[in-house]
Amino acid sequence: MADLYEIDNLALSFPDLTRKPLFGAAPRTQILKGLSFTIPRGEILGIVGGSGSGKSTLGRALVRLLEPTGGTVRFDGKDITHLSETALRPLRRRFQMIFQDPMSSLNPRHRVGQLISAPLKLHGVADAQEAALEALDHVGLPRSFAARYPHELSGGQRQRVGIARAIALRPEFILADEIVSGLDVSSQAQVLALLERLVDELGLTLAFISHDLSVIRRLCSRILVLHHGEIVEHSPTAELFANPAAAYTRELLDAIPLPDPDQPWF
Amino acid sequence: MLDGRSQIRRRLGLRLWLSGGWLLLLVLAAVFAPLLSPHSPLEQDLFLGRLPPFWAHGAEPGYLLGTDSLGRDVLARILYGARVALIVALAAGSITGLIGSTMGLLAGYLRGWVDVVISRLIDIWMAFPPVLFSILLIAVLGPGLVSIVIAIVVIDWTRFARVVRAEAMAQGAMDYPASAQIAGRTRLSTMFVEILPNVLPTIVVLLTLEMGIAVIVEAILSFVNLSISTDDPTWGGMISEGRASIHQAWWVMVFPLIALFLTVLSFSQFGEGLKDRFDPVLR
Amino acid sequence: MSYLSISNLSVHLKGTPMRLLRDVSLTVKSGEVHGLVGESGAGKSMIGKAVLGTLPRAVEIISGKIELDGVDLLSLPPSEHRRRLGQFCALIPQDPLTALNPSRRIAPQITDRLTDILGWDSSRARQRAAEILDEVHIPDPERVLKSYPHELSGGMRQRILIASAFAAEPKLIVADEPTTALDVTVQKQILKLIKEMQQRHDTALLFVTHDLGVVSKICQSLSVLYGGMVVEATDVRDFFDEPAHPYSRALLAATPKYTDPEASLTPVPDSVIAAVRAEVEAADKRWGNG
Repeated sequence: MADLYEIDNLALSFPDLTRKPLFGAAPRTQILKGLSFTIPRGEILGIVGGSGSGKSTLGRALVRLLEPTGGTVRFDGKDITHLSETALRPLRRRFQMIFQDPMSSLNPRHRVGQLISAPLKLHGVADAQEAALEALDHVGLPRSFAARYPHELSGGQRQRVGIARAIALRPEFILADEIVSGLDVSSQAQVLALLERLVDELGLTLAFISHDLSVIRRLCSRILVLHHGEIVEHSPTAELFANPAAAYTRELLDAIPLPDPDQPWF
Repeated sequence: MLDGRSQIRRRLGLRLWLSGGWLLLLVLAAVFAPLLSPHSPLEQDLFLGRLPPFWAHGAEPGYLLGTDSLGRDVLARILYGARVALIVALAAGSITGLIGSTMGLLAGYLRGWVDVVISRLIDIWMAFPPVLFSILLIAVLGPGLVSIVIAIVVIDWTRFARVVRAEAMAQGAMDYPASAQIAGRTRLSTMFVEILPNVLPTIVVLLTLEMGIAVIVEAILSFVNLSISTDDPTWGGMISEGRASIHQAWWVMVFPLIALFLTVLSFSQFGEGLKDRFDPVLR
Repeated sequence: MSYLSISNLSVHLKGTPMRLLRDVSLTVKSGEVHGLVGESGAGKSMIGKAVLGTLPRAVEIISGKIELDGVDLLSLPPSEHRRRLGQFCALIPQDPLTALNPSRRIAPQITDRLTDILGWDSSRARQRAAEILDEVHIPDPERVLKSYPHELSGGMRQRILIASAFAAEPKLIVADEPTTALDVTVQKQILKLIKEMQQRHDTALLFVTHDLGVVSKICQSLSVLYGGMVVEATDVRDFFDEPAHPYSRALLAATPKYTDPEASLTPVPDSVIAAVRAEVEAADKRWGNG
């Protein structure tokens, strides 16, 4: 079966408006510097890096929230690199995204039911209300939550609403951008367990962005390590943890505090 | 999780009731003026000139707030004056709000060349001195209510545009518009369905503020006789006339002044109160 | 001997029976690092705020004692209370972005406390500021003192906040999730710095976090909180060997451990939550409220 995503020499730069001369274009800052990799169907890919590594930018390029400035992005064989919004729109139900901060990604003035059913209605899904309620079932939230506003829910619950919204359209691919980074330990464990179950049940391909390798260890089959906009390592999970190839990967691993008081850390 | 933080609530209500109450009174006064008013606002009787309000010595029953120097009932004139005030407030306020907010939304959310054009327009527009501008407009359009409404809209739409643009930009930077894009919503649709509800509280406050401003602008213009050309009473006109006899008949100027003050205050407080009600986070 | 001793501290939302802290007792010895662990909303930050006197206005203390070096802060007149806090306590806040005033240079933000609250003269305070920045490994302290916050990186700002906390040689520092907002690699550097400073100055540290991994590396003792109640309080070594309370065990099982992926990231079972909630409710009944 063909790969779901084929990324070839992907580059993305932004104009640095703080250094823009009076006349002429602003100099560009290169965020992604020529990335090449594939994502096979059914894979759970972990994308790891520190802040400034470009991992969020990569994620947004994959779902075409940003337009690459170089290279190509192929989704299911189709070149989506420079497609217009109108051309992208019918494709959009096939790849979805879950955002890091649910307080920012859930419209505070819409009720949960509306938040989940809106994308369904946009794509002409029949009986969107019922499908939205089913999505709530799927993520383990009571149906009564459909009438609530985001601020009436806890952080973990809001994140589950974000997940419900993403899976409601039954996409083939989901990008999860640091979705557990703001949660405490127990909420984090719940959300990850949920994600594992859903990937299994719905046959999803997942790209999971995080700065925390220990969270990625459990969930992902392969890991992509980014540093300053370049891929420094791309290995199957077990291999990466057993034999980290790149120095930066080792640095990331060393930085994790394992809950063991006897093992020296500093 | 047992968490007490969600129990912290805000006390709303009193401000909304008081200001809303006055505004309701005003609307009733304006609509039912002919029924409520004990006398015609235009009826003169020089023998009943400068009668004091009902609690003072020398008052005449039936003229609750006294009469002016031409013997016209102050209360009746205030009731009828409310009509002018309200028409200008509602018409000028809402049209200014509509035009200004739309421009602000488009500029703030769509950004790009739309923003460049609209922002430059706002900058240039605001460079005109408003008082001069309004007098010029009235001179060209001729006096009258319609001219006043047009003048206010033309001058003040930028007030909405600037603020709404900033709000729209801030909201546009959040993740939920990006989420709408992922879902496949068009930009225009996102602007109305996602952004607008979050900008609405700001618009409501500005709207009521604008209504208060419209009432004052009309009062100022009628004070200088640039308002409506007929004999129909306006609060500004009453204040102007009352100035001349401030020492002998203070009530002729003071009562319309109080009405004006309470109305403008009520508009702004009503807006603040409504904004709080609209915000689901505070409810 | 204990430097900080909290006894039966209960805190509630004004005008409601809703308790945010339920009969909390804990001790921190001089020079010791004590962890406050729990989920969000468990009350761990609230304890830190109660000690530093920065509880939100809607919240008030119903009962209990907060003893600093034997003196109950809550029994003192407000000015004496503030003076003691200023002299002996400090805070390392969570967010380096909002904790510094963007319109003022760094120097006054460090020296203000020394001159206004402790009565130092300005040259001594300035010298101290430069010394303490050097201690936290900031190169060229003089240049940094003259800079504005926005001219410095996030990591640098957090170091400045740490320096600022240690500047007056406090006996107790409350660190409120100081690394939660940071990257893993930056977190390690900052935690190393905090530990270094704490050991060098022999300061007691109340460390609020939800990360048990961090607790195991930094703390000597800890208290686990749920629903504003202390569920377990013990020595760190004993805790990680075998936590006593089922809720603590569940929290440990939920903590990521990349060396043992199957035994980590396990969600806290509903039965455990129900049991610990029941404990909280039973305690409330004993006090006749809530």
